[in-house]
Amino acid sequence: MNELFDLYQEIILDHNRRPRNFRPLEDHTCSADGYNPICGDSIKVFVKLEGENIEDISFQGEGCAISKASASLMTVDLKGKTLAEAQEEFKSFLAMLSEDEDFEVDFLEFGDLASLSGVRRFPARIKCATLAWHALEAALQGNEQTTTE
Amino acid sequence: MTQSSQTTAFDSQETSLDVVTLRARFPILAKRIRGNPFVYFDNAATTQKPQSVIDALNRYYTDQNANIHRGIHYLSEQATEIYEEARRRAARFINAPSERQVIFVRGTTEGINLIAQTFGRQKVNSGDEILISTLEHHSNIVPWQLLAEERGASIKVIPIDDRGVLDFDAYVKMLNDRTRIVALSHVSNAIGTVVPIAEMCKEAHRKGIPVVVDGAQSAPHMKVDMQALDCDFFVFSGHKMFGPTGIGIVYGKDKWLCDMPPYEGGGGMIQSVTFEKTTFLDYPGRFEAGTPNIAGAIVLATAMDFIESVGLDNIAAYENGLLDYATEIFSQIDGLRIIGTAPDKAAVLSFILNDVHPHDISTFLDQDGIAIRAGHHCAQPLMKRFGVTGTARASFSIYNTKEEIDLVAESLQKIVNFFKR
Ligand SMILES: Cc1ncc(COP(=O)(O)O)c(C=O)c1O
Repeated sequence: MNELFDLYQEIILDHNRRPRNFRPLEDHTCSADGYNPICGDSIKVFVKLEGENIEDISFQGEGCAISKASASLMTVDLKGKTLAEAQEEFKSFLAMLSEDEDFEVDFLEFGDLASLSGVRRFPARIKCATLAWHALEAALQGNEQTTTE
Repeated sequence: MTQSSQTTAFDSQETSLDVVTLRARFPILAKRIRGNPFVYFDNAATTQKPQSVIDALNRYYTDQNANIHRGIHYLSEQATEIYEEARRRAARFINAPSERQVIFVRGTTEGINLIAQTFGRQKVNSGDEILISTLEHHSNIVPWQLLAEERGASIKVIPIDDRGVLDFDAYVKMLNDRTRIVALSHVSNAIGTVVPIAEMCKEAHRKGIPVVVDGAQSAPHMKVDMQALDCDFFVFSGHKMFGPTGIGIVYGKDKWLCDMPPYEGGGGMIQSVTFEKTTFLDYPGRFEAGTPNIAGAIVLATAMDFIESVGLDNIAAYENGLLDYATEIFSQIDGLRIIGTAPDKAAVLSFILNDVHPHDISTFLDQDGIAIRAGHHCAQPLMKRFGVTGTARASFSIYNTKEEIDLVAESLQKIVNFFKR
């Protein structure tokens, strides 16, 4: 059970139950659908850019607790950041998920995103945790769709 | 089958299916997963293998291996003989009139593609219709879509009701003079509905329309009798019925097989080859280009021996008992909704839990050593019909027990409590 509590931490359950920024963004400048063909889940990410700044960001869609919480945490984390900062954040998030289980996650660096570090022990679920991020990346690159495959 | 013999078969099943002894024949069931006893409820994906099947595979490569239909030497002749004996075995298993009607393929998917690309191309032209049902697995949708696209034909879909039962009246009305092929699954892999194939064939045949049956989920669970069903083609996979992966069977009626063009070209399927013209073998050889899965075919015959030693009537009765029990026990779980409530179902129980995504259910159960399937089960249109993106699915086989169902119910209750926090 311990690993499960690691995976489904209180923060994740909370963001699953009450996802933040869970709505379409009427005046978005770009958006993209992230689709996981293995489970059929899809998460759409909306971004409103002001120059290089992420003025607002939101998401909608269907997903498991991990993909929904991850999307919610991502929007909270990135709102107000610059594009360059968002890129950095995605890179280090991916790095965190690819570390082995013993790696000590720096909670100061990752903040609430660190709550997703438990996913490392569940390789089948890593794609759930990165789905929204891939959708965001696609949106920023001007694509309307991306898949985890 | 007469009424009295049916009753006898049923009466004897309580005593004749000794699950403890049966389980001992499947070595993998003794495994522990993450420190727990292994509960395998993913049988619709693939079944586990009995020792006799594992031994047969080992015996083939240890003692019998040679290529078939070519070498004039002892082992090649032997291998050819046991490969062809496997074909006869399979023909008896499905009560095909002749073993020539049994074609070895990789599995259901390849089998349906073979039929679509040979028979389908002969029959389907611009403006024609191919009739399938809402229940289909992607492998009984996509090959027909590819054909329809190539030919300018269209796919029509028989609706189902909220229980997951095919609308028979709608089906009969949809059979028209543009319908060229009906393609149906016998048992739904996602929700377990048993489709009345014999009756549906009768209706199609009234209008001269051939019926292709995806038997991937029926062959492991019930007696499939080609002459009683009277379908034109029947396809199934060995790995879902205690056999190895990479082997399956296409059965076809003589009147179609004799005229069908080859599927793939190569060695083993020709009569003679010149650079100007090649003539092909008659069926079934015409459809088995290249070196086939010899070991797979031979070992599939062993799997069929195993099934018949247990008895298909016993299997069906025992599994229905498990399904009824699981339906009853799972229904008591708070917030659990069963997807697919047809009166006639086989060995599959699909469900969703309030607010808990199937993937999360699967991850939790996995920690307790329980294997189920979560997701769309390669039946996305069917999921859409029920307004879900996926379900959790427990699917049963003869080695499963009511105790295991209790264990899973307990784990499911834990999940409900966990997500309620
Ligand atoms: C109903 C049904 N049809 C077709 C298939 C495809 O079988 P295979 O993957 O063995 O080709 C499956 C299993 O995945 C199935 O359950």
